[in-house]
Order: sequence, then structure tokens, then C-alpha cells
Amino acid sequence: MRVNFRVNGRPHEADDVWEGESLLYVLRERMGLPGSKNACEQGECGSCTVRLDGVPVCACLVAAGQCEGREVVTVEGLADYARDRAAGCAAGACGGTNPDAAQRWRADPGKAAQGAADSPAGEHAGLSTIQQAFIDAGAVQCGFCTPGLLVAADELIERVPQPSDADIREALSGNLCRCTGYEKILDAVRLAAAREESQTAGTGA
Amino acid sequence: MDFLRPASWEEALAAKAEHPTAVPIAGGTDVMVEINFDHRRPAYLLDLNRVAELHAYEVGEENVRLGASVPYTRIIEDLRTELPGLALAGHTVGSPQIRNRGSVGGNLGAASPAGDSHPALLAAGTEIEVASVRGTRFIPVEEFYTGVKRNALEPDELIKTVHIKKASGPQQFSKVGTRNAMVIAVCAFGIALHPETRTVRTGIGSAAPTPLRATAAEEFLDAALAEGGFWESGKTITPSIARQFAELVSGACNPIDDVRGSARYRRHAVGIMARRTLGWTWDEYRSGGRGARSTEGGAQCA
Repeated sequence: MRVNFRVNGRPHEADDVWEGESLLYVLRERMGLPGSKNACEQGECGSCTVRLDGVPVCACLVAAGQCEGREVVTVEGLADYARDRAAGCAAGACGGTNPDAAQRWRADPGKAAQGAADSPAGEHAGLSTIQQAFIDAGAVQCGFCTPGLLVAADELIERVPQPSDADIREALSGNLCRCTGYEKILDAVRLAAAREESQTAGTGA
Repeated sequence: MDFLRPASWEEALAAKAEHPTAVPIAGGTDVMVEINFDHRRPAYLLDLNRVAELHAYEVGEENVRLGASVPYTRIIEDLRTELPGLALAGHTVGSPQIRNRGSVGGNLGAASPAGDSHPALLAAGTEIEVASVRGTRFIPVEEFYTGVKRNALEPDELIKTVHIKKASGPQQFSKVGTRNAMVIAVCAFGIALHPETRTVRTGIGSAAPTPLRATAAEEFLDAALAEGGFWESGKTITPSIARQFAELVSGACNPIDDVRGSARYRRHAVGIMARRTLGWTWDEYRSGGRGARSTEGGAQCA
């Protein structure tokens, strides 16, 4: 079957989708967006967390056909999504994420350091606050759980700009990390929330 | 496999009548696991996401009419005053990602004895509105569970609305598991005080082939509270009454040994949860509903 939906702010058409196929499979295997990780396939680990119409969900438990006409944000589009949010645009209204650019993306500290300001609109927008905070706090080891954690943590800060430790623990309770012991991840979320707060304070918003 | 996408309730009923083997899918938190692991290959998936009324709820005079697909997150955030027991139980479901998708209709459709919402539905008092092209019927929740992962639905029927009595007194839910998140119940217990009828109702989860009420324990407690004038005086329930209540709740269990716990442990733990949750709800009743224990921040450790 064919599924039409929006991914990271841009329309997408997936063809020959098997009816029992998950959104996660479509993203990874049909769209070439492997940022969302495939691990438990039963909603236990949170590695495949994406936003579906803004709501964090496990992409492995969403049937692809259920996404018809809906809006999905993956970790590949997270930086643009965060930039659009800060600029007050609806998701995708400021150009969204070019899937080809997302596929070409490589971790590059130099480029990341230049920040979003140097990136042309609609292209790679550097790192979002939460992504930079994960790097700075040392919250990444093997990196497998990181995409899901980033999407979940970004949604938390969007919903609760100054989260308590209990808020953070609850929001990330569906994301398993087997390397870090979570402490650095909690540090990263606190750091991102503090940076977002000082940025909004700076703009007088 | 075919993917059926009805745009309305009428279309959904027509599709289910035409394809009685179609598996309804809403949040997908159970169904997709079975498909991902190749445990199930239904000929038809019946996607209910476009049926708007299933995602809506209404608060009436006596009941909350909860659409079958309303996710747990909505129940926890919007309905914890009206349905405190269900909000507490819902807060123990999976993780935020799962609670954003999973629903009471899914719990009822799967009819697993370990479903978290069942004890709360039993304790509050609930009727399930199911429908087919042939018509609508209301099934008391006690009669809805017919066996392990079996329910009273006919092949052409779908769950539409869950009619749950609004709380008129304190309610509690307690669950045993290895951690707070992402845990299937080893066993669970729900309790609701109904001061207007001077009755107490219970629900036991994951300690028998189906979720069930501990009716003998309820009858004993109702009589003991009436006889002692507890509802009027609001005095503390005596330890001997609480103990006998707990023993009768334990006795209502019919558990099995499995990887999550032994039958003996389950029977014991359900009794402990019964005694403690009775204490918590009664304390709240005595303090005039200003109980220290609220649904804020999730379920208490029993």
C-alpha cells in the first residue's frame, strides 16, 4: 500500500509498504533515515522514539498505515524542528529538513561549533540545544539510545521548560541506556533546560 | 494482509461485520508487538485512529463516558478527579511513549489478566458499551472478562465506550513489579470507597485467569463497617477488620507460578496491597477527602 505523510516538515510518499510494517521500518529502510534505532521492537527501550503529530511515540509500535496524513519528526529533523520552534514557525513552515542533507550529515565538531546561524535555511541547522548539551555533558557513550533520548528530552523541555529531576526521570523512563548509568544524561537535560532558559531570557521573551 | 481505514464509527462496524477476523488496532502497543515478533499475521488490520468519537470523553452526572481509544496520558492529565483509581493505574502503564498511545479499550480488547486498568475499572464500577451492525449492548465489566486473554466480544463487535462511575470517595491502585516504569504487573490491586452506598469495591489483577472482584472480602467489609458505624464516626478501621479483609482478598486469588512470581507470593502480596490501600483510602475518607495521598506523581509504593 501507499502511505502519504510528512517527515521532518516535508511531504513524503512511501510505496509498496507492507500492511503490517511499522513506521520505524519505513523510516529506516525505505527513507534512509536510520537515526531512529531498531532494538527491542516492543516499546520497551525507547530507541525509536519519534514525534507523531508532536507526541512522543515508539515508532516500532505505530503501523505505517496509521501515519497517513500525519506529521512525523525524527532525530534527523530535531535541530530544524527546534530552530523552527524557537522562531515561532509551525513544524516544517520554515523549510523542514532536506532528507538528502540529513543522509549526508556527519558529526563535525567544527561545523557544530559555528552553530545554526551559518546554515542556509532548509539545510542542516547545526545542533539543537539538547544535542549540544548531550555532547558537552558527556551523556553519549555507544550512542545507540541517544536519538530516542534526544527526541524524548527535547519534548520534555518544550512542555516543561524548567523540569524538576522527577520530571526528567519520568519523561525518560521509557528510554533504556545500558552504558552511562543515566547520571550524565540527567546532567545533559538540566544543562539544555538552563541554556534554553538563558536564551529566552536574553531575547526578552 | 489488508489495512482497513474506516473514517467513521459506522464504517468501522461495517468493516468488522464484513471481516470478523480483522484485528482492531488503535495505539498498537499490543498488536504491533505481536506483528513485529511474527506471533500474529491477521488477514486484516482495522485501524481505528480516524474514528474521532473513540478518542473523545464526556463527563456526565454519574459516569465518565470514555472513548475506547483515549490514551492513558489524557486520563492521567484530564480525568484524575473523576477517575482517580484509573488515573493511578494508568500512570503505571509502560512509559510516556506507551501511555501516549495505549488506551483502556486496548486493555479490554486484549483482556490480559495483567492489564493495569482492569482493577481500577472493577473497583470503580464500569460498563462496556460494545456495538456491531446488529446493535449495541452494555456489558458489566465483571462479565466482560471470560478467560485468559478472552473477552465477551462477538467476532463482529467493537468496543466503543467505557462507562465508568465517577468517584464519590477515595480510590487507590497498587501494583507489584520490578521497577516503576515499563513493567508488567506481577500482581495488582484496586480499591474504591463508595460512601454514598456505604460500600467498598475491589479489583484484583494478574492473580487469577481473569481480573476479578474479591466479592467475599467486599461483603465482609461492608458488613463490618456498617455494624461498627465506621462510615458515620469516621474512626480508624480496627486492625482485625483490616486483617480479615486482606485474608479474604488473598483467598479470592487463583494465581499461577510463572517467571514473574510464584502463586504463593502473588496471593500474599495481593493481601498486603489490600490492607495498605484500604488504610490509605480510609485515611483519606476520614480527613474529608483531603487525603495526603493524591494521584500526583504516580502510584505510591505499597
